[in-house]
Amino acid sequence: MSEPMLLLTGVHTHIGQYHILQGVDLAVPHGELTVLLGRNGAGKTTTLRTIMGLWHASRGALVFDGSDITRTATPDIACAGIAYVPENMGIFSDLTVHENLVLAAREGEPDTARLEWIFGFFPALKKFWNQAAGTLSGGQKQMLAIARAVVEPRKLLLVDEPTKGLAPAIIQSLIVAFRELKAMETTILLVEQNFNFVKALGDTVAVMDDGRIVHGGPMAELAGDMDLQQKLLGLSMDTHQ
Amino acid sequence: MMLTRILSGDFPRSRILALALLAVVIGLALAPFLFPGARAINVAATICIFVVLAASYDLLLGYTGIVSFAHTMFYGIGAYGVGLSLYNAGPTWGAVFMGLTIALLLSLALALVIGLFSLRVKAIFYAMITLAVASAFAVLASQLSDFTGGEDGRTFGVPELLRPGFRLIEAEIFGTAINGKLITYYLVFFSALALFLLLLRVVNSPFGRVLQAIRENDFRAEALGYRTVVYRTLANCLSAVVATLAGALMALWLRYAGPQTTLSFTIMMDILLIVVIGGMGTLYGAVIGSALFILAQNYLQALMRQASDGLVAVPVLANLFHPDRWLLWLGILFVLSVYYFPTGIVGKLRNLKRSPE
Amino acid sequence: MTTTATPAPAEGELPRLRLDVAPLLVLPILALLALPLVGSFPTWVTLTIAGLAMGMMIFIMASGLTLVFGLMDVLNFGHGAFVSVGAFTATLVLLPMQGWMQADSALMNLTALGLAVVLAMLVTGALGWAFERVIVMPVYGQHLKQILITMGGMIVAEQMIHVVWGPDQIPLPLPAAFRGVFLFGDVAIEKYRLLAVAVGLIVFVAMFLVLNRTKVGLLIRAGVENGEMVEALGYRIRRLFVGVFVAGSALAGLGGVLWGLYREMLTAAMGADLMVLLFIVIIIGGLGSVGGCFIGALLVALVANYTGFLAPKIALVSNILLMVAILLWRPQGLFPVAKR
Repeated sequence: MSEPMLLLTGVHTHIGQYHILQGVDLAVPHGELTVLLGRNGAGKTTTLRTIMGLWHASRGALVFDGSDITRTATPDIACAGIAYVPENMGIFSDLTVHENLVLAAREGEPDTARLEWIFGFFPALKKFWNQAAGTLSGGQKQMLAIARAVVEPRKLLLVDEPTKGLAPAIIQSLIVAFRELKAMETTILLVEQNFNFVKALGDTVAVMDDGRIVHGGPMAELAGDMDLQQKLLGLSMDTHQ
Repeated sequence: MMLTRILSGDFPRSRILALALLAVVIGLALAPFLFPGARAINVAATICIFVVLAASYDLLLGYTGIVSFAHTMFYGIGAYGVGLSLYNAGPTWGAVFMGLTIALLLSLALALVIGLFSLRVKAIFYAMITLAVASAFAVLASQLSDFTGGEDGRTFGVPELLRPGFRLIEAEIFGTAINGKLITYYLVFFSALALFLLLLRVVNSPFGRVLQAIRENDFRAEALGYRTVVYRTLANCLSAVVATLAGALMALWLRYAGPQTTLSFTIMMDILLIVVIGGMGTLYGAVIGSALFILAQNYLQALMRQASDGLVAVPVLANLFHPDRWLLWLGILFVLSVYYFPTGIVGKLRNLKRSPE
Repeated sequence: MTTTATPAPAEGELPRLRLDVAPLLVLPILALLALPLVGSFPTWVTLTIAGLAMGMMIFIMASGLTLVFGLMDVLNFGHGAFVSVGAFTATLVLLPMQGWMQADSALMNLTALGLAVVLAMLVTGALGWAFERVIVMPVYGQHLKQILITMGGMIVAEQMIHVVWGPDQIPLPLPAAFRGVFLFGDVAIEKYRLLAVAVGLIVFVAMFLVLNRTKVGLLIRAGVENGEMVEALGYRIRRLFVGVFVAGSALAGLGGVLWGLYREMLTAAMGADLMVLLFIVIIIGGLGSVGGCFIGALLVALVANYTGFLAPKIALVSNILLMVAILLWRPQGLFPVAKR
C-alpha cells in the first residue's frame, strides 16, 4: 500500500493547561475512509482541529501528502488540499447556499458539472440555492457543510460527526454521498458515533481513548468481533444505533 | 509584627520601592513644614487624594479586572455632595455629614445599578456603557446650573475648624502657622492614609483573593461556587464609595466643587495612566504613580518650557516639548507600559530584586 | 441585513423567508410621531433633514468601528483619532485652496472638497494601517489591553495634532456654493445638509454593494460570523482584518471632514468627543452590522434633533435614553449578527 495520506506521530495538544492529546499515532491510508471512534471527550474533535491547524500540536509531527504541516497556518493547510467539516457545521447563516459554495470554491464560481453531481445526492441545496443558509433545517445545513467540502476536489476530507441529530432519511442521503466520494478515491477521515453508518462505509478504523489511539485496523475486523467491540467501546456496534 | 498588621501582610517586596514609598509618606506627612508655600501644600494634598482615587480604581481594574469609566463620576458625586450641602445649608459640620451621607447613598445606588447591569453584558459593553453614563452625568452637572453652578461650579465655606483664618494656637511651629489650612491638610492626609490601608486590608483578605481569581478566569471562579456577579458588584460598590470619599476630601480642601476638577474625562484618563504606569493590581502603584504624576503635572512643565524655549528655532520640535504637550509623553509612556511593563513601575522594581538570583 | 432565526422548516419544505422589518419601521414611525409634537411642518422638515444629515455623517464614522469589532473582535477606543486627523488633514488642502472654496461655483467647491477628502482618506487609511500593526495587532484577543492601548493611541494622536497644527481651534468655513438654504415655500433646507445626505447615501450604497456583491464582501460577512471557518476554507483572514481596519479608518477620516465642515470648526478633541456617540450608535445597531449602524445612526441623530427642539434640557442625554430603550426591546441591538 502506498504512503498514508496523513500521518500523525506522537502528537500532543494542550488547550490552556489541559493536556488533551497525549501522544496520538494515526495513519490515514490513501483513498480510503478511515473512521475515528471513541467516547465523548476522548479527543476526536481535538485531533481533527489539530490536523487543521486550529490548535497547534505542542509535541509530535503531522505529515500530509509528504509535507510537514505541524507548524503550518490553517489557511495554508486548507490550500494544501484538506477540507474540514466541523461538528457545528460552520456554515455562514447570513450567506445564501450559493454564496457559501462560492466561498468554498476558491477559484471563483463552482464548476457546474460538479454542482450537478452534488445536487444528485443533495437535491435540497438546488431548491434553496438563494436562501440564507441560516433558514435551512439541520439536515440541510449538514448537506451544505459537506457540499462545501467537496465542491472542488480535495485530497483529504475531515468530517466531524455528520449524522448527529439527523433524521434517518437524511442519513441515507449522507451514505449515498460518501459512497460516491469513496468511488472517486477520496481520502476521508470520519469521526462518528453512529455505528451503523460507519459499518457501512468504513475501510479502516481507529479507536481513541484518553487522548491516544488504542486500536487500529480494518473495519471488517472490528465489525466482526463482538468481544473486541465490547472491550473497546463498551457496547456492541450492532445493538447501538 | 505591628507593621505586618498595618500593611495587612502586603509588603513592598523591593528595597527601592520601600524607600520610595517611605519617602512619599514622610514627604506628605511633613509637607506643610518641609515645603512652605501655598503651591507646594496644594500639590501634597492633591497627591494624597489622588492616591486614594487611584487605589480605589486599582481595586476595580487591577484586582477585579473590570474596566470602568465611571470612576470620576463617583468622585464628582462626593465633591458635589459635600460642596452643595455646605453651599446651601451653611458651613457647619452637620452640613458636611449630611452632604457626605447623601453622596455615599447616591454613589452606592448607582454602583449597584451599574454593577447589576454587568450581569447581562460583556466587558467591552460594560466599558462603553460606563463611558456613556459618566459623560451623561457630566453633561447633567453642567446643564442643571441653577443647582450645581454649571460650568463654574460652586464655591462655599467650610466649618470653622478648617478655615484658613482659624488659628488653633497662636505660635508658629517651624515657621508654619497652625491654622485651618494645616488642619484641613492633616484631615486629608490621615483620611487618605486610613483609606489606603483599608484598601490594602481588603485586597489581602479572602474577598480580595476571590476578586483576583475572578480576574484570572471568571468561568473557573463561577464553577468553584463563587457568584461572580455578587463579587463584582461588591468591588464596584466599594470602589465607588472610596472614590466618593476622595471627592468629599477634595471639596473640603479646595472649598470648591466644579465639573473641571472632578467630572472631566481628563481626570479619568489621568487615573487610568497613574494606575497602569504605577502598576495594576499592586495598590502601591497608585502611590508611586500619583506622586510622580502630580509632581510632573506641576513641575515637569517648567522643565519642558525650558526645552521648548531652547528649541524655538525648530518649530515642530519646539511644539513637541511645549509644556502643554506633556500629555503626549505621558500617552507614549502609557502605551509602552501596557506593552512592556504590564506590571508597571512597581512590578518592574519587584522583578529587579529577583533577577540577580 | 440579517434574517431572523425562524423555526426550522420540516424536511422538504421551502424555508420561510421573513425579513426583519420591525427595526426598519422605527425610523419612519419616529419621524411621523415627531410631526404633531413639533407642530409646524416646515420646522419638522428642517429638523428631519438636519437629523438625516447628521445621521449620515455619524454612520460614515461609525461604520468602520462596527465592522472592525464584528470581524476582528477588536474595540478601537481610539477610533476618534481618525476622525480628528482626517478633518485636520483636509485643512492642508482646503485652506490653501480657499479661493476655490469661496468661489460661487459648485464645481470648484466640490473639486477642492474632493481633493481634500481624497487626501484625508489616504492619510487616515495609512494611519489606520500603522495603528493596526503597532497598537492593535500585539493585543489581539486581550480585551482589557485593547481598551487601554487604543485609548492611549488616541491621546497620543490628539496631542500630535496639537504639535503639528498648534493648540488652537481652526475655523473651517463652508464652501460658498453650499452655504445657505433651498427654499420650498415655507420650508428651508440647508444646502450643505443635502450634500451630507447625498454623500452618506453613496457611502451606504457602496458598502452595501461591496458587502453583498463582491467576494471580499462575502468574506467579510462570513468572517464576522465565523472567522475560524473562513480560515479553514483557505483564506488568510489577517489580510482581511488589515484591509477592513484601513477602510474603516479612511471612512472615519471622510466623516471627520464632513463633520468639521458641518460645525465649521475643528478641534483636536473632536474625534474623542464623538466616541460616546459612536459607541451608542453601534450598540443600538448591533455590533458588526453595517445596516444596523445605518439605522442606529439615523435614529440617534433624529432623536437628538427632535429633542433638541422640543426639550433641550434632555437633548444631550436623549441618546442614552434611546440606547436603553432599544436594549430593552432588543438586548443585542437592532440587527444582531449571528456570532460564532
